[in-house]
Amino acid sequence: MAIKAAARATQTPASVSESSWIEIAGLDKEYRPRKSAPTQALSDINLTVRRGEFISVVGPSGCGKTTLLKILAGLSPKTGGTVRIAGRDVTKPLPEVGMVFQAPTLLPWRTIFDNVMVPAEIQKLDPRRHRERAQQLLDMVGLNGFERKYPHELSGGMQQRAGICRALVHDPAVLLMDEPFGALDAMTREYMNVELLRIWQESGQTIVLVTHSIPEAVFLSDRVVVLSPRPGRIAEIMPIDLGRPRDLSVMSSDRAGIYVDRIRRHFNAAGVID
Amino acid sequence: MATTNLVDKLAEPPTSAATGAARRRLDFREKPQLWLVPAVFVVVVLLWEYGIQLIGVDEYVLPRPSQVVDSLWRQLGDDLFWGHFWVTSQEALVGFVIGVGAAVLLGTFISQVKVVEATLMPYIVAFQTVPKVALAPLFVVWFGFGLTSKVVMAAVISFFPMLVNVIEGLRAADADKIQMLTVFGASKTQIFRMVRLPSALPFIFAGLDIGIVFAILGAVVGEFIGAKEGLGYLLLQTNYNFDIAGMFAVLVVLSVMGLLAHFVIRLVQKRVAFWAEETKVIGA
Repeated sequence: MAIKAAARATQTPASVSESSWIEIAGLDKEYRPRKSAPTQALSDINLTVRRGEFISVVGPSGCGKTTLLKILAGLSPKTGGTVRIAGRDVTKPLPEVGMVFQAPTLLPWRTIFDNVMVPAEIQKLDPRRHRERAQQLLDMVGLNGFERKYPHELSGGMQQRAGICRALVHDPAVLLMDEPFGALDAMTREYMNVELLRIWQESGQTIVLVTHSIPEAVFLSDRVVVLSPRPGRIAEIMPIDLGRPRDLSVMSSDRAGIYVDRIRRHFNAAGVID
Repeated sequence: MATTNLVDKLAEPPTSAATGAARRRLDFREKPQLWLVPAVFVVVVLLWEYGIQLIGVDEYVLPRPSQVVDSLWRQLGDDLFWGHFWVTSQEALVGFVIGVGAAVLLGTFISQVKVVEATLMPYIVAFQTVPKVALAPLFVVWFGFGLTSKVVMAAVISFFPMLVNVIEGLRAADADKIQMLTVFGASKTQIFRMVRLPSALPFIFAGLDIGIVFAILGAVVGEFIGAKEGLGYLLLQTNYNFDIAGMFAVLVVLSVMGLLAHFVIRLVQKRVAFWAEETKVIGA
């Protein structure tokens, strides 16, 4: 399936290097509530992500994982440092970004198909081309035949898959995922992990995934970023060398076990079991 | 023969339309209100018809249901009655459209501009506590004995519940959905059109539902104060003539009007705001 449309690449500055598709340098984030003392949420985050890479961010509760993602999405202002996506400074939501949320967050008054079309509609992109793309994406995640259904007629897993299609319909340079499978049961979650790998391999997107699940991060990622508890700092960036393409059987390999163990030790050292 | 057929059919698993009877029987068991509601009606009517006189209540004070039906039947055959009916319908409908339309416009404006909301809300709350019915004599003085004063009354009385619902509804939009649209680069107008307005629809329909009943009430109250036609006027006439059965007949007609309007609004709601299950009714 030829979904690897490189439409966006032509719009980005020529100087952008594929090896620094996302650039985070010296990123600080401080919350300054009016009536109480400021809290440091993120401190000196440095991370460079190459184009097409799959990155996961793990860390104990309250380490600032979601804050990091919100800054990348342009939803939350940073206190210091630089954040660039495909060569553009992130100060507000960029059209080059797609996002999958903890809940599917579909609009109940729109059909699945019309939900997937939301970003294309907002950005006033060519309707014909993007209707085609929406259909391709729905086919790819196995939702063909459900285009005319409404969200409440679908299971949670199917809704989340529609949410993934929506995040990809405008062919974003970067796909951000905030705990996208946290609400699903364990079986559906494993299935969705395998699905996500397949979608990623077919679409070639750059993905930053925030997750609570260490095995999920190891199974999916090229590199896992481990954050320390508040203030969130990078404790380790761990390359995951499990070969590609992967299936769930790699998770029973010794190597995967060693990765999981090593990440978990960071958590234990911090005295938090998440 | 026919009985055996029916029994055979009932023994079969419910597959086709032939089991409609069986399904209805099941419904009655699961939802006793299906027969309890009509049963209560029948019992009350029978008691009223035959029981009331036994305890010595005069027919002139409380006519029997059969007399009410008689009177109703006579009225429905009378052109004069239909004249009154159309006058009240017109007053209520025009007033409803004006009141509800103004509420939607003002409510949208208030909910979109913070300063306006902060400035006007105290006044709206204050006005809401004024019993609008008490304004009817004033409107008759200002707008005369004709249709206008009743239209104004209907508009004013249906305006407030609608306004409160519009403001509340436009506020009810889910923060997650707004954040989702923001991430994809939506402007304020796009967020309004794609999330705020649809989220408000169930509230708007709740407002319409109360509004139409209030509008009829407003028109009738207006006619009580001073009018030459309309169902409220007819109600007073029957009262002066001590035609209590006639009064009941008019009351039945007014209730049916309200019910019909309610069902029409529900029907439209089911089509337009089909995703919302139960609506919260505010500001009744």
